Amino acid sequence: MSTEFDVTETLDVKGKSCPMPVVKTKQSIDGLGEGEVLEVVSTDSGSMSDLKGWADTTEGVELLDQEEGDSVYRHYVRKTE
Amino acid sequence: MSTDTPETAEADAPSQAELYEQIEELEQEVADLKSEVGDGQKKMTIIATKGTLDMAYPPLILASTAAAFGWDVVVFHTFWGLDILHEEKSKELKLSAVGNPSLPMPNALAALPFGDAMATKFMNKKIDENGTATIEELVDLSIESGVEMQACQMTMELMDYEADELYDGVVADVGAATALEHMADADIQLLV
Repeated sequence: MSTEFDVTETLDVKGKSCPMPVVKTKQSIDGLGEGEVLEVVSTDSGSMSDLKGWADTTEGVELLDQEEGDSVYRHYVRKTE
Repeated sequence: MSTDTPETAEADAPSQAELYEQIEELEQEVADLKSEVGDGQKKMTIIATKGTLDMAYPPLILASTAAAFGWDVVVFHTFWGLDILHEEKSKELKLSAVGNPSLPMPNALAALPFGDAMATKFMNKKIDENGTATIEELVDLSIESGVEMQACQMTMELMDYEADELYDGVVADVGAATALEHMADADIQLLV
């Protein structure tokens, strides 16, 4: 896996379904500092659309990348403010 | 047609001091308008009226997710919706088997005394298998994320519920006017 950013923290929400991936992501992001990156690891296929929807609608976060693996979905979110 | 610059135009031109004054006035106007519009934070009001297991989920999922969006969220619980906030009852919400053709259960069987219990057991098993959050988890999460969970006082009395039977953090002693006050400014209003 190649990423051009450093992951500050990883959130594991494997096995959890809607709305947990988004809600837990928000809680983890709140604990990060500006510029830091959260990696979210999920098994919920809906998290691809949901994390994007959340990041697009929410101020102060930027979705850097999303990766779809073997039933595992990884999301990278940067806290921008 | 004359191309001369009319001298009067220069005489009429506002002085620098006047321009500064105008800018100041406009800045004040913009600031006033901004404060009127608010900080752009979205507001959502949900009225939760149902206390069956399936109908308890949508308001909770939307509320907790909206809180993750940074929205200002109020859920006003009334009638059977109060059961969602009732610490004991919220753990024992039932699914109605009758009139629910989506369940893998014929109506003749669903109408028997154990129909609802069977349907509920089936649903709880699915919830557990799928890693779906429980009602209790979602209530706690919503309150923790800043959702205001309101309990309608009139129906509290109607159903003989006491405030101490509800989850910690629930806002009791409120009525329709409190809900309407939030709804009036809300971007999204839902009745579930």
